[in-house]
Amino acid sequence: MHGPDVRWYLVLAALLFVTGALGVLIRRSPLIILLSVEIMLNGSNLALIAFARRFGHEDGQVFAIAVMAIAASEVVVGLGLIVAMARKRLDLDVDKLSSLRG
Amino acid sequence: MANFIVWVVWFGAAFACIASALAVVSFRNPFFSALALIGNLSSLAVLYLLLGGEFVAAGQVLVYGGAVMVMFLFVIAYLGDRTLEAPWAGGPSWQAVGTVLAAGSILAEVIVALALTSGGLHHEPTIPRSFGSPASIGRLFLTDHLIAFEVTSIVLLIAAVGGVVLGSHARTLEDDARS
Repeated sequence: MHGPDVRWYLVLAALLFVTGALGVLIRRSPLIILLSVEIMLNGSNLALIAFARRFGHEDGQVFAIAVMAIAASEVVVGLGLIVAMARKRLDLDVDKLSSLRG
Repeated sequence: MANFIVWVVWFGAAFACIASALAVVSFRNPFFSALALIGNLSSLAVLYLLLGGEFVAAGQVLVYGGAVMVMFLFVIAYLGDRTLEAPWAGGPSWQAVGTVLAAGSILAEVIVALALTSGGLHHEPTIPRSFGSPASIGRLFLTDHLIAFEVTSIVLLIAAVGGVVLGSHARTLEDDARS
């Protein structure tokens, strides 16, 4: 089976990573920023799994599963912070959260 | 013929992937962004299947598309419409220009680096039938990568404790505000 080789997957992974980075840097809602971080993590996961297929060894897939677990815990903490911000009646806008103990 | 079908599936999944990622970044309402991210994760699972990662694809759909996104949707529904913002409200425009330049340069760097590599990016012609199966992934986790496995479990435990602490802390803050 001669499908697309690693090159194609790497370009797609780079596009995904760049899209996620754009979202993190441009948007101001912390929820959208968390979603964009998920896109970046998935771009790196795609590169890991493409290289696992290229070298014929599953180490990259094991790495990708570890990244998925870390992403899940990141979402738990991030959403907990957002809910705490909402309960303190803070604006959900990362540009306005410029001081600690605000 | 099989070759042709693989290419068609690849282009379909890649297009869905990029389109839904752009939708996540550009939608005004975070609820629709989360729904678009579910589409992005599902099309990535198709690409993982093309790469022989059956277990990772299943985990992607179950853990990401299921559990994590349900948590996101719960929080977005809980917060209601408080997070509405203009779609590209990014503060000063020089920030947006710098962002686009940085993103474009990352992309150009990757593509130039790929164009300069002459070979060595072809797949292994044959892989064992058990490649990416739950059995072989589990064996790797319990032999070569045992420390990573244990550390991941500790990180998940700490994240769960952190979520509970953040939630209870927010409740005391709310009581303080009320009294």
